[in-house]
Amino acid sequence: MMGQGRLAAWAVGLAALIALPFVYRDPYHLHILVLILIWSFAYTSWSMMGRFGLVSLGHGGFMGIGAYVTALLWNHLGLTPWIGIPLSMVAAGALALIVGYPCFRFRITGHYFVLVTLALSGIVLQVITATRDYTGGSLGYTPNRASGNKLLALQFDDKTTWYLIALGVWLAGIVVWHWVDHSMARYALEAISEDEDAAAAAGVDVTAEKLKITLLSALMTALAGAIYCQYQMFITPDTVSGIAVSLQMVFAAIVGGLFVSLGPTVGAVITILLAETLRIGFGTMAVGWDNLVYGVLLVLFIIFLPKGILGSLLDRLKPQRKVPRAHEQEAVQIARPGT
Amino acid sequence: MQAFLDIFDIYLLEAVINGILLGGVLALLALGLNLIFGVIDVTWICYAELVMIGMYAMYFMVQYYGISYFIAAPLTILLVAVLGAALHYLVIAPLLTAPPINQLLATGGVLFVLQSFATVAFGIDFRNLGIRLPVLAFGDMNFSYARLLSFLAALVGMVAVYLFMTRTFTGTAIRAISQDRQIMALMGVDTNRIYLITSALGGALAGLAACLLVLQYDVHPFVGLSFGPITFLICVLGGLGNFVGGFIASFVFAEIISLGGLFSDLEWGYVLAFAFFIVMMFIRPAGLLARRR
Repeated sequence: MMGQGRLAAWAVGLAALIALPFVYRDPYHLHILVLILIWSFAYTSWSMMGRFGLVSLGHGGFMGIGAYVTALLWNHLGLTPWIGIPLSMVAAGALALIVGYPCFRFRITGHYFVLVTLALSGIVLQVITATRDYTGGSLGYTPNRASGNKLLALQFDDKTTWYLIALGVWLAGIVVWHWVDHSMARYALEAISEDEDAAAAAGVDVTAEKLKITLLSALMTALAGAIYCQYQMFITPDTVSGIAVSLQMVFAAIVGGLFVSLGPTVGAVITILLAETLRIGFGTMAVGWDNLVYGVLLVLFIIFLPKGILGSLLDRLKPQRKVPRAHEQEAVQIARPGT
Repeated sequence: MQAFLDIFDIYLLEAVINGILLGGVLALLALGLNLIFGVIDVTWICYAELVMIGMYAMYFMVQYYGISYFIAAPLTILLVAVLGAALHYLVIAPLLTAPPINQLLATGGVLFVLQSFATVAFGIDFRNLGIRLPVLAFGDMNFSYARLLSFLAALVGMVAVYLFMTRTFTGTAIRAISQDRQIMALMGVDTNRIYLITSALGGALAGLAACLLVLQYDVHPFVGLSFGPITFLICVLGGLGNFVGGFIASFVFAEIISLGGLFSDLEWGYVLAFAFFIVMMFIRPAGLLARRR
């Protein structure tokens, strides 16, 4: 369980984060922070599966569903996002189950799993593009501005409000991460990622365990998409769905560190700050440069630092205590604080 | 009414034949990817991006430097083959002992690099060769020479690879390694050399595909995304590493896209193909021809 010191550090950090927008009001910097928090949440959702060797490239699809279903329900049926977001999450969850169940039942793992999920995000992207009469196709889509109650429409002009919402969602993501980390499911999933047959022989219901984590991950990713849509008020198929978004999630989670709770957040901070610095520093010249740097970094990280920045840092700080696990790519288990 | 039906059938036939022609190029791409998967046990997520670089090479050689298409084509094939070997040497070789998923993700990073390199170096404009091949009219049906040519060239390329694999010592070694990685090293075959050759061969196939695709499509940095995912799905549908399965799956996919596009938008053809793929994964998880093994 969490040690006292660690808990205190979390509490102080959190208090500082909550207080921040009331002290510091620069809208541009707050905007960047909101983006970082929303994407951190999305990356955390991805890493919930990714850390157990379930590398999905379908999360772009779940995020797209979260964003588009919420926006479509609002524009066409006038359904408030308060109902629309849960519905979009249900839709993404249902899709995750429909694709996930046969995948896990028939032991589709490794390359095959990656490529099946790749097809999933491909489908979502193509469906959004093909139904351009409703979704605006690749030109993008804007939720209608609320005429009446802003709260009902979940549309706020105030950056501080959005900052607090994003902070809450991000925190919820971290809490869920720790909850999974401390649950029995984690041990079952680690066993599965090392050897499915052995895990099954030891009494682990492989299909059910994998389905649970996939469902959880998909629901969270859809929520991230919906929140992103409500905040930005403009979505295109390329920014919230498709293979590029999926790869972006993988990239950030790996750069930050897959096996620590704040790893994906660190990944989001690094990638978004990098993109923004390049954008401001080079202006229109920067088009493409950010991805070029991303790509090179991704390759270098996988080769030289597979545990990610935060994971490797924490590793340095702490003496090794446990035998490395195969699925963590020689990573020492550093994700359980205070034990 | 009768006249309407006649026209309809002609369109249908045209779509079927166009599907076959499309399938040829897809089969070529699938062959390259399957070769690398079968031998090195690595999936190059960035395979279509190699094709994109090849298409740019063709564009610049033909349009800028005025080199004849038939001289530019072998140069492009050579260039992409070198790229393939470099990809193996720089990215895959250091990761050979890492979990397979890491190799796949590393090539995902290369995808970003190639895409953004093209964006930075060439801009995001759509470019084309400016070669307009005539259209072949056959009865009431129209086929572009470009497609016919691509189909034939793809077939020639595939036969050449087949002969290489069955008639040469290196080809035999490649096939042997794909069957048993450990034993071949004991038999005195330098696996690293074979891996490098295979990667170059896979690159060369991507280069050939680039020379053919550039005749039909405009080049832009994201062109890889329009046929890359399809290629992976074809390989998985045929069974990763299974050459014959990949060949059949290419034509199945091409027909679905072509016929789906006939009845509705092209995107729906793709949606149908993707959905078909997912359903097939559940019926035949190990690929179309899995039962024969």
